Amino acid sequence: MTTAVATIDHHHDPTTTTGIPNKKLLMWAFLASDCMFFGCLISTHLIYRLHPPPGTPPAREVFSIELTSFSTFILLMSSLMMALAVNAIQKGNLKSLRWSLLTTIFFGCIFLGCQVFEFTNFVHEKHLTITNSILGTTFFTLTGTHGLHVLIGVIWLTGMLIYSFTGRLQEKDAIDVEMMGLYWHFVDIVWIVIFTAVYLLEYI
Amino acid sequence: MEALAKSDFIAKEEKAAKPFVLWRPSAKTGLISWLTTIDHKRIGFLYGASGLLFFIVGGIEALLIRLQLMVPNNTLLTSAQYNEMFTMHGTTMIFLVVMPIGAAFFNFIMPLQIGARDVAFPRLNAFSFWTFAVGAIILNLGWFMKDGAPDAGWFGYAPLTTRTFSPSHAIDMWVMGLQLLGVASIAAALNFIVTIINMRAPGMTMMRLPVFTWMTLFTSFLIVLSFPAITIALIEIMMDRLFGTNFFEVSNGGLPILWQHLFWVFGHPEVYILILPAMGIISEILPTFARKPLFGYPIVVFSGASIGFLGFGVWSHHMFTTGMGTAATAAFAFMTMAIAVPTGVKMFNWIGTLWGGHLRMRTPMMFAIGFLWMFMIGGLSGIMHAAAPADAQQHGSYFVVAHFHYVLIGGSLFALFAGIHYWFPLMFGRKVSEFWGKLSFWVIFIGFNVTFFPMHFLGLEGMPRRTFTYDSNMGWNTGNFWATMGAITLGVGVAIYFITLIYTYYKGERTIKDPWDARTQEWSLPNPPPEYNYAVIPTVHARDSWWYTKRHLDEYKKETSDHLKDDEGHGGIHMPFQSIYPFFAGCGIFIASVGIAIVDFADPAKYPGFWGPKVATTIVGGAIMFISVVLWAIEGNDGYHLHLNPDGSVRGEDHSHAKAH
Repeated sequence: MTTAVATIDHHHDPTTTTGIPNKKLLMWAFLASDCMFFGCLISTHLIYRLHPPPGTPPAREVFSIELTSFSTFILLMSSLMMALAVNAIQKGNLKSLRWSLLTTIFFGCIFLGCQVFEFTNFVHEKHLTITNSILGTTFFTLTGTHGLHVLIGVIWLTGMLIYSFTGRLQEKDAIDVEMMGLYWHFVDIVWIVIFTAVYLLEYI
Repeated sequence: MEALAKSDFIAKEEKAAKPFVLWRPSAKTGLISWLTTIDHKRIGFLYGASGLLFFIVGGIEALLIRLQLMVPNNTLLTSAQYNEMFTMHGTTMIFLVVMPIGAAFFNFIMPLQIGARDVAFPRLNAFSFWTFAVGAIILNLGWFMKDGAPDAGWFGYAPLTTRTFSPSHAIDMWVMGLQLLGVASIAAALNFIVTIINMRAPGMTMMRLPVFTWMTLFTSFLIVLSFPAITIALIEIMMDRLFGTNFFEVSNGGLPILWQHLFWVFGHPEVYILILPAMGIISEILPTFARKPLFGYPIVVFSGASIGFLGFGVWSHHMFTTGMGTAATAAFAFMTMAIAVPTGVKMFNWIGTLWGGHLRMRTPMMFAIGFLWMFMIGGLSGIMHAAAPADAQQHGSYFVVAHFHYVLIGGSLFALFAGIHYWFPLMFGRKVSEFWGKLSFWVIFIGFNVTFFPMHFLGLEGMPRRTFTYDSNMGWNTGNFWATMGAITLGVGVAIYFITLIYTYYKGERTIKDPWDARTQEWSLPNPPPEYNYAVIPTVHARDSWWYTKRHLDEYKKETSDHLKDDEGHGGIHMPFQSIYPFFAGCGIFIASVGIAIVDFADPAKYPGFWGPKVATTIVGGAIMFISVVLWAIEGNDGYHLHLNPDGSVRGEDHSHAKAH
């Protein structure tokens, strides 16, 4: 009957063999797998970048580095808010958790909005579509897959925000937020790699 | 303690009322119980049953291939039908037979071996199975449609699979089916990784794990890290086919060689995904029937790890003839030769286990020794392929067909057959007849060798793979005739094997607990194991834990009674609730996949713009999947508690909504 314990140890789960919570281990293993997914897509982009067929528009003329730098910054800041959310729930501070989650969702949505704007702009103004060149094919597939990850994260965070009001998310459920945080930081880190390999590389 | 648990139960009863959508199925028998099961043993059984069913399908395809090639210029199958046969034979045997039968053992045996009551995420486990089932159905739907079955080979080389060269939906179904099988495999593998690392019984340190559990862990890591490569490759080909992208469109700068690289980055680790579970099974059977501990346990484990590790660095030996350049060819040839070393080490460890043992030649042992011999032949012809100049001659010939059937039938399948016989008494409480078991072994063994040994010579004489017929003056007549005779014998052997299994399932001789006098923890259970597996979680003191327990019974009895008190103190045995949502999610995935792969793009005149039957079907399926997953999250991972009598029978179920520990 250990329901009412004064402090909860958020870094050790006595019911597992290693003390690592099952959900955390599951997320780490999944992220290892996701690394390979993105690794294959980024490799595809980099390989095709070396063999542009004649007539491919130079990527530098298509990209708008100012906008992408801004959305990258916003995504990085969302990681900060995510870390604060994990910290808040581990201290049992639900009010702070809600604000942090809300800001993370907001920043995630800004990033997605920038991406939607960027895609529309590329298609209509710069005439780069998914079918008309190999650059368009690899660019939209890779960044679109990343955008899908952000979207899933935003939906997941929204669910958590709702749960924080219904009472299903309390200090003892900190692991759920921490697991989500791992996912969110990973999606961020992948974006740093994509930003470097897809965008910055064109400006060297 | 009992009173406390009871009062807790009554206090929580009031808020137990939940909306109807969060219906908690509790059926223990009948269809609903199977659709909602999250019991790892039942899921293992479902995997095994599907694997054996598809084994019959793949076997019929194989027999048709062999009948077509029995005599020169045969007209039993058309060339188009022949293409469907060899494509589906390969795809079925790899993804729908050897992998699910392996998964059946992972599910059924592994949690028992580590002393756990279930896997870490039981509902995710059910989801894996239903996704697998949907993938298997999508792959095989083509047989019943005018588009026909997939026909581009199990490797599906681009650009043969692009819309230009394969306009029908057959390839769409192949692409979609394989993607679902990938999702199912990755989800299952993540579950097994967490289970093995985190749910071991007290005292079950990593270096005390049974070798089969070790191989499950390595296989799971291989799945998690290699399946993304094929998933991305399949997504790329799917984008090409559905949206007209240029990944493999040569005229717009696509490179078909990329498909080969991505495919084999997955494809070679896949080979080890097929053989490592087999090696694990063999490492359990040989010590049991040789009455000796496994020779060099740490070396067997570490060589399994190095096989898994090196397995990621050898993929291009499938591509020696693509002109990669001297340096790459030499590097991959070297790595391929290197991977033979840990495999050879294992072989010697198994021989060392047999050496000086008191061998008991029961049916599982026959198959296990058959494995050693046949897998070694397959390994030796594999080493020949590592030499790039020799491989350039053998590439695409029947020599390769002979090689991989020796490792896949003589290796994987013999071990899986051995495992089925070995664990059958534990799973069903009945024992397969020794006479019929041994008869099936000898017929399979002879049929297998008569089928595939001549193929070495056929290949060296230049007979190409995937050819649907040949002229009578090529000098291939005798070899092909004998191979077909062998295939028929092999078919008879497999039929004997299956009929014996089915007979035993219903009418076989009942066995005592632990009939083989085995060493690992799963044999401490009554057969068949109860739903909760262990009435008392065992404490492990040694590597061959059950063997140790059998020799320290007093210590065991004291620990058991102590732990029983502990369990009751925690409110009994925690059991997770059954759930229907994994199955509903699978249904949603099925509808969405039919939309993506099969429904035609609409005539733009009839459905202007975005909306049409294809998009609608996909969105409806996707929505069903999304809602199921949301409900799955909302219902939560609650469970109930079981209270047992001292003899192990269930005294009562406590359905207060105890949160999962």
